[in-house]
Amino acid sequence: MVAILLVEDDPSVRTGLELALSRQGHSVTARTTGEEALEYARARRPEIVVLDVMLPGIDGVEVCRRLRKADQIPIILLTARGESLDVVVGLEAGADDYVVKPVEPAVLDARIRAVLRRAENSPMIRSTFGDLIIDRAALRVTRAGVDVHLTPTELRLLLELTRHPGQALTRGHLLREVWDHGYAGDSRLVDACVQRLRAKIEPDPGTPTLIQTVRGFGYRFAAP
Amino acid sequence: MISGLRRRLFVAFIAACLASTALVAGIGYVFVRRAVLQRAQDSVLIDTRETLAHNVPGDLTAPVPEKTLQDVATALVRPDRYIVVTDGTTTVATGEFSLRDVPVGLATHVTKGLYFQRVVLHGTPWLVAGTRVQGRDGRPLPLTVVVFASLAKENADLHRIQSALTRAGALTVVVAVVLAALLGRSVLRPLRRLARAARSLGAGHLGTRVRVRGRDELADVARIFNESAASLEDTVRELRRLEATARRFAADVSHELRTPIAAMTAVTGMLEEDAGRLPSDTGTAARLVADQTRRLGALVEDLLEISRMDARTADLTLDDVPLAELVRECVTTRGWSDQVVIEIPPGLRVRLDPRRFDVIIANLVANALRHGAPPVRITGRPGLEVRVIDHGPGIPEDVLPYVFDRFFKADPARPAGKGTGLGLSIAQANAALHGGTIEAANAPDGGAVFIVRIPV
Repeated sequence: MVAILLVEDDPSVRTGLELALSRQGHSVTARTTGEEALEYARARRPEIVVLDVMLPGIDGVEVCRRLRKADQIPIILLTARGESLDVVVGLEAGADDYVVKPVEPAVLDARIRAVLRRAENSPMIRSTFGDLIIDRAALRVTRAGVDVHLTPTELRLLLELTRHPGQALTRGHLLREVWDHGYAGDSRLVDACVQRLRAKIEPDPGTPTLIQTVRGFGYRFAAP
Repeated sequence: MISGLRRRLFVAFIAACLASTALVAGIGYVFVRRAVLQRAQDSVLIDTRETLAHNVPGDLTAPVPEKTLQDVATALVRPDRYIVVTDGTTTVATGEFSLRDVPVGLATHVTKGLYFQRVVLHGTPWLVAGTRVQGRDGRPLPLTVVVFASLAKENADLHRIQSALTRAGALTVVVAVVLAALLGRSVLRPLRRLARAARSLGAGHLGTRVRVRGRDELADVARIFNESAASLEDTVRELRRLEATARRFAADVSHELRTPIAAMTAVTGMLEEDAGRLPSDTGTAARLVADQTRRLGALVEDLLEISRMDARTADLTLDDVPLAELVRECVTTRGWSDQVVIEIPPGLRVRLDPRRFDVIIANLVANALRHGAPPVRITGRPGLEVRVIDHGPGIPEDVLPYVFDRFFKADPARPAGKGTGLGLSIAQANAALHGGTIEAANAPDGGAVFIVRIPV
């Protein structure tokens, strides 16, 4: 059971998703506006937020940005298909994934589970890359002794990249391993998350040295 | 066409100039020549007649003394004029001419009076005038005089006139050529402008107009051209407006339908799960609603996708992906694994938008399973060419050109089934977005083949 905050302004869609997600066994709290959602999230700390992009008042992207500022709560955006800009802006604002309306509850459930899936443990418990230390058992990342706060998705992306240091990983591989999407997924998910990760762990995010771009292919974590 | 017309105008103008010049010059020359010669012969004849009247004694009888013949000859002599005088037996000549040089025709006439003839002797033209001299009483005297007057001077004058006329003619032709070129250009310029405008109009620049100048036939044509272009522009603008309205309407309707469909889609799963527990007809109704809600959702999504393609707002996110894995994933996530055989060389990587390519393959395989029969084969080779081949009856030849049309049904009597009628046109639009194509054909051993070609 996952404690879900559902933010959707249309009453029928809200009721439908609430019913369906409850049926999947989750505990769903629905809110209509961004303001209400922010207030609830601050007070009750749900495990995940399912957020419609088109909201009256402050829109989904802005809600996403404000939630991100406060903590690392996972966010899935509900978007209309083809509204590309929504997706890009939403991912830049820190969303972990997005689904396109109309969405089958089974698909939404799978995405929720994927975003919340705990990072797998690996035999290598502790890795060090310069002043960056990754503790796989505690799922804790520190840079120069200071905790780095990562969302679950960012953490899983970092763990996946550092599991194969010095090796180029395709966007498709990362989509499958981190997002459960596979090749037909949206590679912008990877790009947006890499940008956010770089901002948190690179000494100089403008000229990344740890997470290197392999043009037309994917990404590579620099060998220690 | 213009150059031919221009050449014709040019040639006609030159020909007219040449003809009129030749005519004027020719007639002029003939008149001048006649006048010059007339004057020459008049002066010779008058001079001869008067000289004879004053210098021949009226009572000559044969034989005339040679001294008299000599006197007559001397009296008649002038520069460039030679004289032959004879009384029938004795002949006196002042130059190299003799009686033998007198033309036969003239010789027979001289007895009747003063006659003359123009001849060419030793290469130069001469006027030969001869007469049997008559006495005062009109009786003929036994004396015949022949005057050879040189026409060399007149001839030289005529030659000069001739060459002057020829030169003038040549000059006229040169002037005519220049004039014809200018005139042709000025006459044809509006035509050329019109041709250019028509071409531009044909190329889709519907705002093209020509300047109307003057009130001649060409101006009329230009005016008619402008009116036609304006009315064409209006019609096309109206058509475009209507088309844009229709498209926007389709997009708006689809967009508005999306919210209720999203709500219904959220609960279709629940309806299906519980259908078994409902009374049988209510259960059937619940399943029907769930089924058709999915279909409605797919239809609206396809419509929106098509309107995005039409509005050219669809974007391409290229990535470097392994083809075999991409196709396998497309097939397995849709539960078609046991009906589809994938024959794609492992390790073949392609650069494309994986999401859009997934749509292409999914629509082609769905179409193959719906209208053809399993197993469906998917082959791929670099370049990039992917074939989706089914084992159904193939596509009738008369239907082939229309399979990519929206909502096209090969057999109108057949129920639409689960398809939206837009799958193949969406697949084609997605291929086109990659700069590629999809071709529908029949395999040699039956079955339909869809060939996707995407340039790398």
